Amino acid sequence: MNTDTHAAHADDHHHDDGHAHGTFSTYMLGFVLSVVLTAIPFWLVMSGTLPSKQITALVIMVFAVVQIVVHMIYFLHMSPKSENGWSMMALIFTIVMVVIALSGSLWVMNHLNSNMMPIHEMTGMK
Amino acid sequence: MTIAVNPVQTGEPVFYLADEHPHPEGYSTSLGFWIYLMSDCLIFAILFATFGVLGANYAAGPAPKDLFDLSLVAVNTSMLLLSSITYGFAMLTMQQNKIAQTQMWLLITGLFGAAFIGIELTEFAHMIHEGATPQRSAFLSAFFTLVGTHGLHVSCGLIWLVTLMVQVWRFGLIEANRRRLMCLSMFWHFLDVVWIGVFTFVYLLGVLR
Repeated sequence: MNTDTHAAHADDHHHDDGHAHGTFSTYMLGFVLSVVLTAIPFWLVMSGTLPSKQITALVIMVFAVVQIVVHMIYFLHMSPKSENGWSMMALIFTIVMVVIALSGSLWVMNHLNSNMMPIHEMTGMK
Repeated sequence: MTIAVNPVQTGEPVFYLADEHPHPEGYSTSLGFWIYLMSDCLIFAILFATFGVLGANYAAGPAPKDLFDLSLVAVNTSMLLLSSITYGFAMLTMQQNKIAQTQMWLLITGLFGAAFIGIELTEFAHMIHEGATPQRSAFLSAFFTLVGTHGLHVSCGLIWLVTLMVQVWRFGLIEANRRRLMCLSMFWHFLDVVWIGVFTFVYLLGVLR
């Protein structure tokens, strides 16, 4: 009863198997961007150009996030359209889980550490 | 108000597929593999969280500043980045059906990957030789678990790469091999993404601390 839609479906998959392919120029663009986005954080830390450690830490974290996005687009070929949007949904779900796990652990354990400080110092003195 | 118990007899519309319609072989492989990668991502997220919590507990032992050689890490990072772009070239030549060139790029990718693992193992051996073993402090346990898990993934990727080179050599660039190369491509680039997190949060921020 739905042979029409099914045929179109199969044909669609045959054409691009639901996955985007890169070209030489997109791969090279991704590579050059990655090299730049890797070199700058290493240079910042090794040379200590920025005045404070906090600013350096913040800047290299921003570079890491940008480079992850660059890899996702140019090497992993993520787009909202791939797999009819399902890979993007899986990615968004994973990012939400990762953010909860990371921020939750760091936040809770940091508070625990602060509250434990006197005992920690005592064990350090023994 | 009644729920259709037997829709065929009552003539109600059917909202489910009566039978599974056939799909071409492997049509859902890349989505399934992507979901595997996302679950792997959760493993790494937990290891990163563990490192984030324990990363400053040196137990009066060596700190990142004493252990890490950033220029060596930079060389290692470039090995992995170069292997990413050469794998990209392997995928491009695969799309043009050039078997010999595909194999050549796969081989170069494998060599860069092996260089990465070699440098990492040298670094580990050097650290352990200096007494910075996983048992020394919570920081070192978390470090070896996180970086070691990544290294183990790259090693598995290398075994997979060699296996696929043999497959391509024996059977050529058939549909199944193209699909497998596509999966390994996603795996390889994913490991490079994880390494961005490792060199930023473990090495660079560690030395800054």
